[in-house]
Amino acid sequence: MSALTDDSIPVTPRAMRDEMIVFAAMAVLLGLVPLTGIYPFFVMQALCFALLACAFNLLIGYGGLLSFGHAMFLGTAGYCSAHALKVWGVSPEIGIVVGIAGAAVLSVVTGFISIRRQGIYFSMITLALSQLLYFIYLQAPFTHGEDGIQGIPQGYLFGIFNLARPTVLYYVVLAGFLGGFLLIYRTINSPFGEVLKAIRENEPRAISLGYKTDQYKLLAFILSGTIAGFAGSLKVFVAQNASLTDVHWTMSGEIVLMTLVGGLGTIFGPVVGAFVIIAMQQYLAGFGQWVTVIQGVIFVACVLTFRRGVIGEIAHYFRRSL
Amino acid sequence: MQALYAQLLVGLINGSFYALLSLGLAVIFGMLNIINFAHGALYMMGAFTAYFLLHLTGIGYWWALLIAPIVVGIFGMVLERTMLQWLAGLDHLYGLLLTFGIALIVQGVFQNYFGSSGLPYAIPDYPQIGEWRGLQGGMNLGFMFLPVYRGWVVIFSLVVCLATWFLIEKTRLGAYLRAATENPTLVRAFGINVPRMITLTYGLGVGLAALAGVLSAPINQVRPLMGADLIIVVFAVVVIGGMGSIMGSIITGFALGVIEGLTKYFYPEASNTVVFVLMVLVLLVKPTGLTGRAA
Repeated sequence: MSALTDDSIPVTPRAMRDEMIVFAAMAVLLGLVPLTGIYPFFVMQALCFALLACAFNLLIGYGGLLSFGHAMFLGTAGYCSAHALKVWGVSPEIGIVVGIAGAAVLSVVTGFISIRRQGIYFSMITLALSQLLYFIYLQAPFTHGEDGIQGIPQGYLFGIFNLARPTVLYYVVLAGFLGGFLLIYRTINSPFGEVLKAIRENEPRAISLGYKTDQYKLLAFILSGTIAGFAGSLKVFVAQNASLTDVHWTMSGEIVLMTLVGGLGTIFGPVVGAFVIIAMQQYLAGFGQWVTVIQGVIFVACVLTFRRGVIGEIAHYFRRSL
Repeated sequence: MQALYAQLLVGLINGSFYALLSLGLAVIFGMLNIINFAHGALYMMGAFTAYFLLHLTGIGYWWALLIAPIVVGIFGMVLERTMLQWLAGLDHLYGLLLTFGIALIVQGVFQNYFGSSGLPYAIPDYPQIGEWRGLQGGMNLGFMFLPVYRGWVVIFSLVVCLATWFLIEKTRLGAYLRAATENPTLVRAFGINVPRMITLTYGLGVGLAALAGVLSAPINQVRPLMGADLIIVVFAVVVIGGMGSIMGSIITGFALGVIEGLTKYFYPEASNTVVFVLMVLVLLVKPTGLTGRAA
C-alpha cells in the first residue's frame, strides 16, 4: 500500500525548531484574539474542532488508519460531560474528566474491534460502529433523543474561573487546545510515534522487526479517541448542549474534510483545516443545503488536485516539515 | 403469526437491496480497488430517474426498470472516466474520500430541489391480465396475505443477483473480468482493453444500485437521503460477508435482511442496530468475514 504522505521529511533539530516557532506564533496569535473583537464563540468552536481534527490526524497521518467514525468520541464525551454537569451537578473539571473517561472506554472497546481489519475495512467498521452508537443514543433515555441535553451550567473551573464569562472560557478552551496539541506533538516525535510511522510505511517489515503492530495501532486509536473526547468535553462548555448531530456520520465526514483540507499527516494542517471549514460554515450558513454540496466539491477537489492540503503544500514548497 | 410473516417479507425485501448493493460494491472493489461511498447516492438517483421518467415523460415502471440503470450507469461511467481513473495506484483511502465527496454533492443537490420529504411513486397497475392489475393488490397464500409487488421485488432481485453471478463466474466476459482483477497487466498483454473493462464494471455496479433504487421507489418513497443511511448498513454487510465472493455477497445480503426482519418482530428496539451488532460479533469470532479473504 502506498503511503499517504509521499515525501516524509526526517525530523531534524532544525525541523523541531521550525515547528516550535510556528507553535509559539500560533499560541500568541490565538491568545490575542479576545483583544481584536473577533466573535470569541466562533474561535472557541474552531479550537474544539481543531483539537478533534488533530486527534483524528494522529491516527490517519501517522498510523495510516482512516477512521470514519470519530464523531462517536466527540458525541460520547459530550453526552457524558453534559450528563455529569447537569444531572449530577459536578464541577467543570470533574465534568471534563467524566467526558474523557467515557471517550477512553469507548475507544478501548471500538479500537479492539476495528483494529482487527485494515485499510478500507477499518474505515467501514469505524463508520458502522459510530452508526450503531448513533442509534443507541437516539433511543437511550439520558440523551433526550432528538432534543439533546440543553442548558448545561458552565460553573467555576477549579472553583476560581467563571466559565460563564466569554473571555475566561476562551482562555480555558485555548489552554485545553494547546495542551492537547502538545500532547499529540510529543506523541508523534516519541519512539512510539516513530514505530507508528514505520507501521504506516510498511507493516510487514515492522512486524518482522519484532514490533507487535496491533498493540501499537490499538494504543494510537485509544489515544486519538481519548483526545477527541477531550475536545468533545470542551465543546460542551462552548455550545452548552450535547446533541445527536455530534454523533452523526456527517460530523465524522467533516472531521475527515478538515484534516484533508489542512493536510493529512502534517502537524498544523488540521488546525488550519478546522478554521477554514468552520469559517465556511459560518459565512455560508444562509445557503442551506448548498453547504453540503460545497463540502463535497472541496472533498473532490482536494483528492484530485490538492492531496497535500494547505499546510502540506507550504511545507513541500519550503522543503520543511510543518 | 401474520405479523411475523409480514416482517419476514420486509426483511427479505431489505435483504434484496442489501444483496444488490453489496454485490455492486464487491464487483467495483474487485476491479477498481475503490469502496464506492457514492453507492447510496446512485441508488437514490435510480429511484429519482424512475420518478422523473414517470412524471416528466410518462414512461412507466417497466421501462424505468431498464432505462434508469442505464442512465445512472452512464452517469457512473462518466464519473469513472473523469475522476476515479486518476486515483489508480494511490492509496485505497483516496477512493473512499473522493466517492464520499461525490455522494455529498449528489445528495446535497437533490436535497436542495426536493427537500427531505418523500415523493410517492405508485405501484404499476399494468399489464392487466384477467384479475391481475399489474403488480398492485395481493394474494392470499393461506398462511399470509402477500402484496404482489413485494413478492415481485424479492423474486426479481434474486434473478438479477443470480444473473450477475452467472455473468461473472460462468461467462467468457466474466473470466476476463476475474483475470483482470487478479493481474491487470498480464490481461492487458493479451490485448484486452482493461481500462474500458474497468469503466464498464463501474457502470455495471452502479447500474445494479440504480436498479435497487427503482425497485424500492414504490415501497420506500423517493427521498434524497434514502441511500445515505442504507449505504452504512451495506458497508456492515460487506464487512460481515467479505468481498471475496459474489455468491457470498448475495447470501449474506439476503440472510441479514431476514435476521433484521426477525428482530423487528421479536425485539423491535434493536432492529436498527442488529446488523451492526452482528458485524461486531463476526469481527470478534472471524475477523476476515464469513467468506472473505484476508485484506
